[in-house]
Amino acid sequence: MSKLDYTQIEEVYTESKPEYTPVEMMIVAASRLLEDGKTVFTGTGMPILAALLSQNTLAPKLAIIYEAGGMCPQCPPTIPLSVGDSMTTHKAIMAASMDYTMSFIQAGYGEYAFLGAAQIDTYGNINTTVIGSHDNPKVRLPGSGGANDFGSLCWKTIIIMKQDKRRFVEKLDFLTTPGYLTGPGAREKVGLPRNTGPWRVITQLGIYGFDEEKKMTLLSTHPDVDIEDIQENSGFPIKIAEKIETTPKPKEQELKILRDLDLYKVVLRK
Amino acid sequence: MEILNEGEGKLLAWYDPEKQREWIRKNKSSSMEEKVVDIHEAVSKYVSDGNYLALGGFGHVRVSMAAMYEIIREKKRNLIVSGKTAVHDLDCLIAAGCVSEVEVAYSFGHELRGLSPASRRAVETGQVKAITEWSNAALQWRFKAAASGLSWLPARVMLGTDTLKHSAAKVVKDPFTGKPISLIPACYPDVAIIHVHRCDKYGNSQIDGILVEDFELARAAKRLIITTEEIVSNEKIRDKPWLTNIPYFYVDAVVEVPYGCHPCNMPTNYYFDEEHISEYLKKTRTIEGTKEYFDKYVHGVDNFNQYLELVGGVAKLNYLKKLEQGKARFVYPWAKS
Repeated sequence: MSKLDYTQIEEVYTESKPEYTPVEMMIVAASRLLEDGKTVFTGTGMPILAALLSQNTLAPKLAIIYEAGGMCPQCPPTIPLSVGDSMTTHKAIMAASMDYTMSFIQAGYGEYAFLGAAQIDTYGNINTTVIGSHDNPKVRLPGSGGANDFGSLCWKTIIIMKQDKRRFVEKLDFLTTPGYLTGPGAREKVGLPRNTGPWRVITQLGIYGFDEEKKMTLLSTHPDVDIEDIQENSGFPIKIAEKIETTPKPKEQELKILRDLDLYKVVLRK
Repeated sequence: MEILNEGEGKLLAWYDPEKQREWIRKNKSSSMEEKVVDIHEAVSKYVSDGNYLALGGFGHVRVSMAAMYEIIREKKRNLIVSGKTAVHDLDCLIAAGCVSEVEVAYSFGHELRGLSPASRRAVETGQVKAITEWSNAALQWRFKAAASGLSWLPARVMLGTDTLKHSAAKVVKDPFTGKPISLIPACYPDVAIIHVHRCDKYGNSQIDGILVEDFELARAAKRLIITTEEIVSNEKIRDKPWLTNIPYFYVDAVVEVPYGCHPCNMPTNYYFDEEHISEYLKKTRTIEGTKEYFDKYVHGVDNFNQYLELVGGVAKLNYLKKLEQGKARFVYPWAKS
């Protein structure tokens, strides 16, 4: 038996050490989707962090707007815990109201909606209200908040959430926020503004879009994720785009900025 | 108009605008009179068991915690609360057993801090009923309709969802476009309680920062209690009338309570007391802990100043002021557990 080579152990250790967490991969991937010079309405947590990262990397002119009234804040000393706290108006251009921001998106000024969810189905409909039945809940969640409004009125909705069989479901326990409802034309039929709806879904495994049948379709897998993992972690069949890409790993610079934005690891600890 | 679809939820706090107009003419005075009282007088006079309550601010931002504690102290029961982004305010009322029904847009959660243990327990055991569901825009447009003297406002939200099914909205064919549209019914809360940065003794109020939906809510509620960080002279209000968000017509009581929003965030004044909120979230995981919390911080003190001493006094309040200016270290004790 040869002597233990400590140098080699050190090397193996360095190589297998994760450079980034699944949550960081999700947030970085999400941040790259936002187009500069557009508006984004975000929910609490990962969506806020992704929007802030985007603004500090690819999209410096991204207009982040919070439903409670904060319009275009800059460089908050810490990330907002609430979509209505002081950080949402830090160096902002206007401290408005909810009537103001909701009217703004109803009129067509809302490009991106950025949401989290507890459950999603193949049409991108989401549940944030209840697990179990409404009258006899297993887990009572907070409800729509602004999600239904964003998902109804913004042009493109992005959903960021963890993926597994309990979250990617055939049938939602409660349809809180509209995706494509039951398929092509369904949103317009119920009176929702035309040409709106879910655009991307980002999970710890990959990035999805919606095909002409308005069903969730895999566009990109994150590094080291197999296509089998995608299907194994979904309660409904996921369509696969003809050409699938591999999501580029987070760059060092992106991770540095991200970690600086959430200095206290309020979101990144998850 | 043809009704295409309608929510099955109960329609609460709605009246024919004719009835509301007459109520206003009879009960609301347009004479500018002093309305300053203490918190006990305001709550005991205007909040009754079974009332429909709507709370200003944003759940844990610019909320009147002084009034919440007083409602708990006076053991009000069977309140129906508008969960228009209700966070720490509603959670405390539920934890203390004051609430029986909630109209939910956002409730039972503490945003980034996670779900509220006490509220989850109450809803999941049936002690509190989520009586209706709405979106944030829909619930606040109920106040806008009421403030405008209309029985409803049209909106393009909730369409096609279970949120609509559990609301009291109706969907009709828009006579102009021919497309389906939601009609959001007015909501006239029995009482609204709004915490402001400053007002005069008549109730002319200024809010710094986002208004959330208080611009509409103040005009929708039948009775309005204003709690304020400070009472200023009428002259100061008149110097800059464009800063007034709520004029005296709507106001029934004015209560001066400095730091009255603690442990929540009063924009421009003081930030969240995460240490205290952590203690609350930890204690309210159990029924015994919940009782302990309220025994110590509500029933165990005679007034709000004693409460402020108990939570850390001047040193703590100065720290929260510095945090608000980004000049102190933020802590998130709840993030560890």
